[in-house]
Amino acid sequence: MTAAPAVPIEILLVEDNPGDVRLTKEALKDAKVRNNLHVVMDGVEALAFLRKQGKFGAAVRPDLILLDLNLPRKNGREVLEEVKKDPALQHIPIVILTTSQAEQDVLESYRLWANAYVTKPVDLDQFLKVVGSIEEFWLEIVKLSHR
Amino acid sequence: MTRSSQTAPIEVLLVEDNANDVELTLHALRRAKLRNHVHIARDGAEALDHLQQHVPDLILLDLNLPKVDGREVLERIKKDERLRHIPVVVVTSSQAEEDIARTYRVNANAYVTKPIDPAAFLKAVNAIGAFWLEIVKLP
Repeated sequence: MTAAPAVPIEILLVEDNPGDVRLTKEALKDAKVRNNLHVVMDGVEALAFLRKQGKFGAAVRPDLILLDLNLPRKNGREVLEEVKKDPALQHIPIVILTTSQAEQDVLESYRLWANAYVTKPVDLDQFLKVVGSIEEFWLEIVKLSHR
Repeated sequence: MTRSSQTAPIEVLLVEDNANDVELTLHALRRAKLRNHVHIARDGAEALDHLQQHVPDLILLDLNLPKVDGREVLERIKKDERLRHIPVVVVTSSQAEEDIARTYRVNANAYVTKPIDPAAFLKAVNAIGAFWLEIVKLP
């Protein structure tokens, strides 16, 4: 169990829907564990952030990634695959957060080493509950690698 | 979120050699909202035997195990085309950063350290159950 770390947990949210970004921010703001949420809106930016390229030269390495699957420019599936093949990044847990319920997406994501697959509920309260559960499990219970 | 319409219980493989930890885990999982069936393997060899015949929905894996070490069990699962999609939550007493980073690198789905205090242990297992059985979409 993570005893309240002195440093906040850095989370990268890869999400192109502004409504979902706002809700996720809202849900994480009240989290027990101190965290910083960084947001990028497409797959190309996600990889640039993770590799500290271009305008992301000063980006921090996140401890946890929340990744949508349907993204502009480069989809989440490709981002997942690239991160999990990159020795410098592959230890970072990726939670897929998507509207897709397709069994094919679920199976493929796990086969590409997604750490967990969570479907976004349409209902607002349910959405907040789900993000709250992600927070509770990944920030309070899981031991993240701070490499 | 997931499986609410399905009637089959979620199959969980618990790989754990400590009898107390097995009891606490079973107790916590019995209270989970979703019906689940837990198969217990007391060492790594038993776990691998079970996996030859069964494909569980979720695996809870200790690292320090008799016969075949949990690290090796994890690597074998994640290299096996038939098994690699199964989420493996490592539940261990090791807090070593080396174990944590290496375990994620060989594609463990989550790494949880066992609290020594039984109440905290129960809370951790409850949280594992709440997240993996109620929130996550399992393959």
